Parts: sequence; structure tokens; C-alpha cells
Amino acid sequence: MTTHINKLGYIFSKDCECDDILKNTLAKTKDEVVSELIKSGLRGRGGAGFPIGLKWKFTASQPEEVKYIICNADEGEPGTFKDREILTQVPKKVLRGMALCAYVTGAKKGFIYLRGEYKYLVPHLQKNIDEFHEDMKKFNIDLNVEIFLGSGAYVCGEETALIESMEGKRGEPRNKPPYPNQFGYLGKPTVVNNVETLASTMIVFRLGADVYNNLGTKDQQGSKLFSISGDSPKEGVHEIELGMSVADFVNEFGDGDTKAVQVGGVSGFCVPRKNFNKEIIGEGNTTGGSTMIFNSSRSMYNVLHNFLDFFAEESCGQCTPCRVGCQQLLKGIEAVKAGEKSPKYLDQLIKLSKTMQITSKCGLGQSVTNSFTSIVNNFREEMIY
Amino acid sequence: MSKNTITLIIDGTKVTVEEGTSILDAAKKVDIEIPTLCHHEDLCVAGNCRVCVVEEKGKNNLTASCAAPATEGMDILTSSPKVRRARKDIMALLVSEHNTQCTTCYRNTNCELQTLASDYNVDNDIYLSVLKNNTTIDKSSWSIEKDDSKCIRCQRCVRTCAEIQHVNALAVTHKGHEMKISTFMDFPMNEIVCTNCGQCIIHCPTAALTERRYYDDIWEAIDDPTKHVVVNTAPSVRVALGEMFDYEPGKIVTGKMVTALKKMGFDSVLDTDFSADLTIIEEANELLVRLKKAFVDKEEVALPMITSCSPGWVKFIEHMYPEHLGHLSTCKSPQQMFGSMVKTYYAEKKGIDPKDIVCVAGMPCAAKKYEANRPEMRDSGFQDIDAGLTTRELGHMIKQAGIKFQELPEENFDKIMGESSGAAVVFGATGGVMEAALRTAYAVITGRPVPFDNLNITPVRGMESIKEITIKFEDCVPEYSFLEGIEAKFGIAHGLTNARAIMDQIVEGKSPYVFIEIMACPGGCIGGGGQPIPTTDEIRKKRIEAIYAEDMGKPIRMSHENPEIKEIYESFLKVPLGEKSHHLLHTKYRKRKRY
Repeated sequence: MTTHINKLGYIFSKDCECDDILKNTLAKTKDEVVSELIKSGLRGRGGAGFPIGLKWKFTASQPEEVKYIICNADEGEPGTFKDREILTQVPKKVLRGMALCAYVTGAKKGFIYLRGEYKYLVPHLQKNIDEFHEDMKKFNIDLNVEIFLGSGAYVCGEETALIESMEGKRGEPRNKPPYPNQFGYLGKPTVVNNVETLASTMIVFRLGADVYNNLGTKDQQGSKLFSISGDSPKEGVHEIELGMSVADFVNEFGDGDTKAVQVGGVSGFCVPRKNFNKEIIGEGNTTGGSTMIFNSSRSMYNVLHNFLDFFAEESCGQCTPCRVGCQQLLKGIEAVKAGEKSPKYLDQLIKLSKTMQITSKCGLGQSVTNSFTSIVNNFREEMIY
Repeated sequence: MSKNTITLIIDGTKVTVEEGTSILDAAKKVDIEIPTLCHHEDLCVAGNCRVCVVEEKGKNNLTASCAAPATEGMDILTSSPKVRRARKDIMALLVSEHNTQCTTCYRNTNCELQTLASDYNVDNDIYLSVLKNNTTIDKSSWSIEKDDSKCIRCQRCVRTCAEIQHVNALAVTHKGHEMKISTFMDFPMNEIVCTNCGQCIIHCPTAALTERRYYDDIWEAIDDPTKHVVVNTAPSVRVALGEMFDYEPGKIVTGKMVTALKKMGFDSVLDTDFSADLTIIEEANELLVRLKKAFVDKEEVALPMITSCSPGWVKFIEHMYPEHLGHLSTCKSPQQMFGSMVKTYYAEKKGIDPKDIVCVAGMPCAAKKYEANRPEMRDSGFQDIDAGLTTRELGHMIKQAGIKFQELPEENFDKIMGESSGAAVVFGATGGVMEAALRTAYAVITGRPVPFDNLNITPVRGMESIKEITIKFEDCVPEYSFLEGIEAKFGIAHGLTNARAIMDQIVEGKSPYVFIEIMACPGGCIGGGGQPIPTTDEIRKKRIEAIYAEDMGKPIRMSHENPEIKEIYESFLKVPLGEKSHHLLHTKYRKRKRY
């Protein structure tokens, strides 16, 4: 079997060239920058996958004077650690991405919303930010960047909860619409982009939109960082062209005994061995880049229990389907396992997870069904016995 | 911004609404009821219970109709199979974390969750119970009980406390399965900035927040032959109690209420309006004394003076503006004046030992319970008021006594302390104390009635958040010639958020007023935390109309013309602000912490 894994090195290539990229890009008009981003197919790398060009375009079109850029570095999805690597190795790229966004949208204030656990990165980042402020003078970019430390709630990775928490409020997702592009931080139009997304803009303009667009598949273009964890001899962060099958992925990164791969973190899908050839990473599943590999020694009941435990604790608690639903799913699989509920109850729980998907306020509650349904359906036996 | 209109389709019917209208409100326009729990017309949108979800054609996920604005061309289904299934599922989830002991619940048959669960026939057995076992009911407050096992986390109380009252005593704490509504540092309810106003209670859809009930103590007193049990009822009770017995809001049930209370076995059924008149005499005189000190004696005196009838407001200023307590009138509230008069004047006249008197107050208020228990309120030598009951508790007691309220004949209040003027009745509505005070003060200052048609000082009436009136004093009697030609401004606020705006003006030294009326609750006492649930703006307005109708029906419309008031000054108190008044009718306030 041949392996179709195209390992790339764009993101972590040295920072030194990104000032040149920025300089060339700033020579284009704002509209040209937006069009190229749209053409490149670059989508948000945080998980939701919204096209970045459209996001910037919409914010740029807002008539308000004051706008904000927030770099979402609240990397909280279990099994994800790529943003930490980017901020450690190539923070300049992220900051240049923010500068480009400032150029397009007209924002003059930027924040890096840094996960609380990454506090140790602050001196390193601050040094880079200070240099950035100095460097940007020659580009005539007036963007002041500040670090904002998160307080630890998973849900604050959701952009509106993140904004609420920055405003000093309880980190709870807002009702949408309005979206942050219109009514964001302090009620002003705000772009919230993931660390990797911002860094990827530098790749788009280094390669050109066409070349970037040719990477990957129909659905997902470009390259992507994967945080690989679990039963893998090659745990770590790897940059890979999007569009490989799970089978290829497992051949490259598995330990030879892979039973299942969780694609997209706990909010993503579990792919069982029988589907390794069918599933393409990045198509129909999320783009956060967390991939957890489980070998045959792992109990999928324990895996799911662990996920649900996490959700039941990390739901912000404001909306009913997510707050109570997560508890019910957790208690439900415990009851089935203990024989207190019949195996059929699993079907009721799957229905419940669908209700959560269509009625929850934010992506947290909406995506629980992904891992729940895929694990229960594919490993039903393990849930019961 | 000019409002554009939007046309959408709801359940096949075209609806045109103003831009910004929620789908929920658009549906109401075509008489489509969408169930809600976290939504309340007094409060900002939350969108967190999710029972109001609807289906937008072409979208997989459902939309919370309370939070989503209608947009052009939307095609909405409010009762598709997908919607009904999801709603029922959500209600089942709410029930699964709820204490479902409905039969023993205070809000049984008046609970929004119960009604919806019944309408949708929610099966209690679908899901496992995730009700927390370790919750205890917080009964530390004299006024409010908090039972987390009944809480559905809709946050209506949190929004009420923040938006209407600007107190923020209640907040969301913790997250996930531990998320709950709590207080600063989880302190008990009696140790926080809570003003006991009870607005959280009347905005709570379930029994998570209720008033602390005292009716069993009252029954015990009534049944005790050695006790003489006196009850007095506030003006707002008679215009709202009917709602507990299926009358339309705004029905005046004074006579039936008196009959019911007599049937229940109270030894004397009296009127808080009597002491409202008494309050006006004392308060109007206090204001005139302050004005004289300021204008004639050039003394330092705290102006504007502010009313002190509303115990929720009093506790609010004690917590929030402890350096400005001098502005508060030293007059006790009508309830407390009543209590101290019952255990002195009334006891003397009736020849009853005050230690054998139990004085009960029927109030539209939760804070009155707390006020009755303030250590300051024992000037008669006993606890002046033994218990404060809400309108709701009175309604329950009448039901417990097996009385068919609607069938009752109408009787009059007993004597003594049962007579009142129309001025006392209007105390129940925002602006009422001001109107009553002005009717008397103007007469005292000029010797003439206030220059308004039928004594109706309409500028002080209505639901506007802050109202004001300017009155020019001309042709004053010699004693008040120092007010000649002066145009005095009077202010009125209801709801503590508005009170804060008034106080901030005072703190900045920019208050234009000489006298201000503040009531803790929106609409005044008729919208109090002890009133029947639901209380909405529409219902508040109807109760207010009833208050003014009752006023117009009274032969005496000014407090100082109430014959029982004249009598009490002649035979007992002697003069307003006199020694006895000072001892029995006035009080002190205390500085409290703002945590």
C-alpha cells in the first residue's frame, strides 16, 4: 500500500521572510487581498471552518470607525496543541497575519486571547509584540496588539464567549445574530481568527492563491497542522496537505494496531477501523486538527465517558440542551453499562444528542452528537458489555 | 435609525413587522403562541431555555424564536414534528433536573414549567434524574426563600436583580452541571446586598424563589383565645387580591377582602391606609421643617428629602449610599406606624394589654417581612408588627379557610384605625405618596387645595421611569411666607435602577428636587414582590387604574381631613413631629456594607 501523506513545512519555515510577504501584499489593494484570500479557499483553522476572506470582507464593509482583531489562542480542544507550537516557533507570522487583517479591515487594536495555561509564553510573545510594533512603523500599519489571558473555561474558545470574557463578563456564548463581525468586542465590529488561520495567510501570499488552492481537496484547501496524540509513535505537531484518507494517516502515524481515530478533537468524529479507507480527513469533518489515535487496548466506553465527563463540566450551563443533555448522556451510558437501563436506551440517547445538535445555543452543545453518535454506533458492544 | 418593515411567513401566514422584531413577537401578531420559559417581557433577551425553538425552512438547526430577529422572507414553522419533538425533549431535560414534588410545592398550579410539562405531557421517566441531592433551601432571609432544587436556570431572577433593580444580589456561578444561581461567595440570603424587594420572586417561573411564609404562625395566633389578632391591609392588596380568585386584574375587592378576613377569625380588620394618612401628616410636616431650616434658619439640612415607605428602597440606600442616609425621611413606613399605634394607642383605647396583641400586616411586598423584623421596629415596647403577609399568602389563607371569595358580601373595616382618605389609597401606585403629600402640604402652605382638577395631580401618575412636577407656591399663609413665589421641583422614581439614577444626581450635587418619592418596585406597591403572579406591565396598569378609581370613590381625599387622624392627634399624639410621634412614628437607619 502506498502512503499518500504529503508532509509540508510552510508554517514552521523561518519567520524571516514574512516581512517581505507582508510588504508585497500591502502593495495590493484591500479588495485584491480579500479576493485572493477567498480564492485561496483558506478557512478558519480553529474548527468551525468559516472562509477567512469572507469574514474579513464583511468586517471591512462595516461603517464603524473602531474595529478590533482578536487572535484566538485559547486552544482548548482536548488533543490540540498546534497553536502553542506556532506561537512558540513562529509568532511573527501570526502577528503579520494580524497586520494584514488590520490593513483590510481598518482595525487599530488587536488582542491575542491566550489560553491561561500558556501563561509561560507571555514574555516571549510580549517581546515579539514589541518588535512588531517597531517593525510595523515602516509599513505604516497602526495596530497595537495586547495579550489577554484567558481564565480556563473551554467554552471561551467560542468566539462570542471569548468576547464576553474579555469584557469582564461570565464567559458565555451570545445569541447569534448579531455576529462579531457586526457586534463584537465592546459592541464593535470584530474579527476573531484562530492562531493558525492568521499564520496561514502568510502561506497564501507566499505561494499565491492558486497554488494554495491546489493543495488539498475539493472541500478543504491548503495545508493544515495536525496535533497527533494517543497510541502513536509519532505524537506531535505535523503539517500535512489536507485530503488524505484516514487509512493513509493511520499507516503513517499509527502504531500498527489502530482501532479508531478521533478526528477533530472531542467535538469531532470517531472513525472506526472499518471506515479508515472511506473517510478523508478534512471532508465532512472538522478542521481543528486534533487527531487522537486509539489502539485495540483502549476501551471506547472509557474514551466516550471521558469525553462526556469533559462536556458535562465544560458546558457553560446557560442553555438547557447542553447543560442537562451532557449530564444525561454521561449518566445514560453509565446506566447502560451498569445494566440499570436497557441497551435500547442508547438509541434514546442518540436521539437526545440530535436534539442537542439542533437546539443548543453554541457549537459546544451542537457538536457533542458527533463523538457520541459515532462512538456509540460503531462500538455499541463496548458500551453495553 | 428609521424602522423598516419586514415580511415573513409563519406557519403559512404572511406577517409584516418592524425590523428588529423577534420571531416570537412576530408570531404573537398572528395569534401563534410559542412556549417560553426564560423569556419575560420586563427583561432583556436570554435565549437560554430553548423551549421557544422554531424551524426555519432550509436550515438544519432550530432557532430560538425569542432571540432571533425576523428577517425578510423567512419561512418559519412553529409546530413542525421536528419542533415538537425537540421542545418535548428539552422540557423532559428540564424536568429531569427539577424537584418534581409538585403537590407540596408553593407554586403548584401557578408554575410555568408545570404548565408546559402538562401541555406537552412530558414523560418523567424518559431520562434519569440529575437533580442534585445535596441542595438545601436557604431560609436565612426574613423575606425570601431560595430553593435551588426548583431552579431551571432561566436567569430571570439574575436579569431582574441586575436590570430592574441594579442590585446584582443574584448571579450565575460555576459552570456545566454545577452551574447555579447564587450569591456573592455563596453567602446566605440574609448576608448579602439583597433588598428583599421580591422582584425575583414575581419573575421566577417556578418556586425556586418564594417569599418566606408565615401563615401557620398566624393561624396559631388566631386559634389562641388569649391573643387579640389585628390585621391591616395595604392599599395595593385590595386591587390585586382578586387575581388570586379568578377576577380580572384591576378588580377592587376591598369589601370582600374585609369580610373574608373577619370570617377567618381576625379579631379586628383594619386599614393600613389609616397609617398612610398618618405618614403623610408626619412626612409633610417633616418636609416643611426641613424647608424652614434651609430657607429661614439657613441651617445645614439634607435636601432633597426622600420618602421612606418602601423597605426595599430603604435597604438599598443603606447598602449603596450609606453616606447619604440623611436624605431619607425619618418617618416609619405606614406598616410600622400602624404596628406601633396598635400596640399603644389602639391597646389603650380598647383596653387590651399590648402583650396579648398580635399585629399582622397584609402587604403587596416581600421586604415588609424583613422590615417587621428590623430591631429598630420595637418602639411600642414589643415587636410592632408581628408578621407581614404577602397578597399571595393572604389568598392562600382565604382558600385554606374554605371561603368562597367571589360569593362573599362586602363589609367595612373595623374601627378604630379603619378610616382613610383617598390620598392614602393612592400610596399603592408610583407617584401616589407624592400626590398625597402634595395634597396636604399645599393645603398647609397656602390654605387652599392643590390647583388640579378634582385634586388629581396627574403629572405624577403613570409608568414613566422618572417623573417630575414643578409647583409654585403663591399667597402662602403667614407661617410659610418664606416659600412665597418659590417654584419647587418634586421627583418620583420607581424600580431601584431609577432610584440609583436619582441618587447619583444627589451624590453629584445636581439634584433639582426638594422632595422625592422612591418605590423599590416597578409601578410602585401595586407591582410589589408580594403581589399575585404573573405581574406584567399590562396588569400593573390595571391595578393602578383601580387604585385611582378607589381614590375617586372616597368622600375624603386629603389625609389631614381624615377624622380618625384628627382624633389621634387630639387624644394621643398631640402634634405632628411631637414627642410621642418622635418616639413611635420615626426611626433611624444604618450604614451597611456594599460587599
